[in-house]
Amino acid sequence: MESVAVERAISALIKVSPYAIEVFERLRENRLAVVGLAIVLSLTLVAILAPFIAPHDPIEQNLGLRLLSPSWQYLLGTDALGRCIMSRLIYGTRVSLQIGVMVVGITALLGTLLGLIAGYVGGVVDEGIMRIVDVFLAFPGLILALVIAGLLGPGLFNIMLALSVIGWTGYARVVRGCVLSAKERGFVEATRALGGSNLYIMFRHVLPEALSPVIVMATLGMGGVILSTAALSFLGLGAQPPMPEWGSMLSGGRAFMRTAPHLTIFPGLAIMVTILSLNFLGDGLRDALDPRQKRKLEI
Amino acid sequence: MLTYIIRRIGVMVFILLGVSVITFSMMHFVPGDPAEVIAIERYGEEVTAETIEHVRRELGLDQPVYIQYFRWLTNVLQGDLGYSARTDRPVLDEILTRLPATIQLALAGMLVSLIIAIPVGIISATKQYSIVDNVSMFGALLGVSMPNFWLGLLLILLFSVHLGWLPVFGRGGIEHLILPAITLGTGMAAITTRLMRSSMLEVLMQNYIRTARAKGLTEKLVIGKHALKNAVIPVVTIVGLQFAHLLEGAVIVETIFAWPGIGRLMVGSIFARDFAVVQGCVLFFALIFVLSNLIVDISYAYLDPRIRYARRRV
Repeated sequence: MESVAVERAISALIKVSPYAIEVFERLRENRLAVVGLAIVLSLTLVAILAPFIAPHDPIEQNLGLRLLSPSWQYLLGTDALGRCIMSRLIYGTRVSLQIGVMVVGITALLGTLLGLIAGYVGGVVDEGIMRIVDVFLAFPGLILALVIAGLLGPGLFNIMLALSVIGWTGYARVVRGCVLSAKERGFVEATRALGGSNLYIMFRHVLPEALSPVIVMATLGMGGVILSTAALSFLGLGAQPPMPEWGSMLSGGRAFMRTAPHLTIFPGLAIMVTILSLNFLGDGLRDALDPRQKRKLEI
Repeated sequence: MLTYIIRRIGVMVFILLGVSVITFSMMHFVPGDPAEVIAIERYGEEVTAETIEHVRRELGLDQPVYIQYFRWLTNVLQGDLGYSARTDRPVLDEILTRLPATIQLALAGMLVSLIIAIPVGIISATKQYSIVDNVSMFGALLGVSMPNFWLGLLLILLFSVHLGWLPVFGRGGIEHLILPAITLGTGMAAITTRLMRSSMLEVLMQNYIRTARAKGLTEKLVIGKHALKNAVIPVVTIVGLQFAHLLEGAVIVETIFAWPGIGRLMVGSIFARDFAVVQGCVLFFALIFVLSNLIVDISYAYLDPRIRYARRRV
């Protein structure tokens, strides 16, 4: 009974998108990508279920239990205010993933749209959009984000704003490139000859050509956003106390490196594992989505 | 070629103008009245409305925005970036006195990345798909994924706190440079290793390598003499051109190790709300970035004539 249902679901899925299945099959052959996907999914679960899995309150202070080393009661020890590090890391997953998803969502959407318009419409519009991209790319990304966040004042919202302002340009440039090459292909001309409207051609025929690189960029870009958020918070511009955020936890641990190194070690480990798994997944997706590109992009 | 260079320089001038507009408007991002903010910075919290008006007139903040911009731009072009609110020294001086420290750090980071990447890349390429290759490629991914501020702290933890071999912060002799350079160079080493590997793999497929082997040279000679030289050139070129990107990492590394460079100056000025210095630093970084992009483009176009005609700036 159950297997019939599963089979039906799969065949329905194949009908909807044989390409997606093919990509998934290829992805499954890549061991690192599977590991990456598994970690990313687990982290997502941790973020969603944080209140249920966290052993302690992430914010409640207990000055009698300051700077405890890892033990059975506090698996990763406690920080300078006696808060459970494990629980703070678990809640920190929420903060990092939320910001990652939101910033990547905003930038990918905005960049794709502008790249699509620039590439499809061409002419003055293209020139205008791409010159703005050029100007933004003239700033080292993190430095511009640092300054914007710094001028607006510390806080996660301002960090999101800053990272969104600098993040869309890459998507715009890549999508524009894809659109330019798609425009030359026969099927666009054919659709136009059949009377397809510009909007129809843009979204139905041209946009799908650009989706693969955007998906790969978004996956790898999410790691970048999480890293930048942690870096800015580490410098004191992002999450403000008592919010549990990985970068600010790391920064808070600096003062106690001599006596309680676990304050520094664990948050960094969390950041690294997250970014590493996103990189595994992104690299795997890139190969799975376009096997022909594999050799070219091996650098 | 000349037409290409002229066109690229034209584009660069346009980009720099855009950069100046963005940098100028940053001041207007700051919540509140800029005149009031500056007056408070200068004279403390208890400023009178009169003082604020005085500051506004003095700095031309009562003028229309475009006039303010052109006045600012004229000053900037003459090297006048304003004065630091903290030290009352010219911003340009503040930046220039810290420039050597930042350049020293960036060069050292570059050196570290090459010292790691060249041997590891060679071994990886000559033993493609072996365990050594897999381990070093995994290490490269690890290096890219590791936050440099964390790596810096771990290095301090090990070499300064536990072993007591190296100083924790400041600038002085070579021993002060080691940890910051490793911190800065590691991320880049990861990318460079992959680059070195693929460059070496490509060279190893060339005919002259087959010839060298065919005439009975030892593998050591083939790799060390014939292949290495050709494989290393593009890698060193690219690493050199990535100099500007290293500056980005330098901002954080300088902050961790209290390295007295431009990055630390910028972060400190952000927290002190010393806006003239922040603006100056941003302009400085953007200028370096744009110039190095220009050099990259021109040297690539020189090396590969097809680019002159076909490709837009990548």
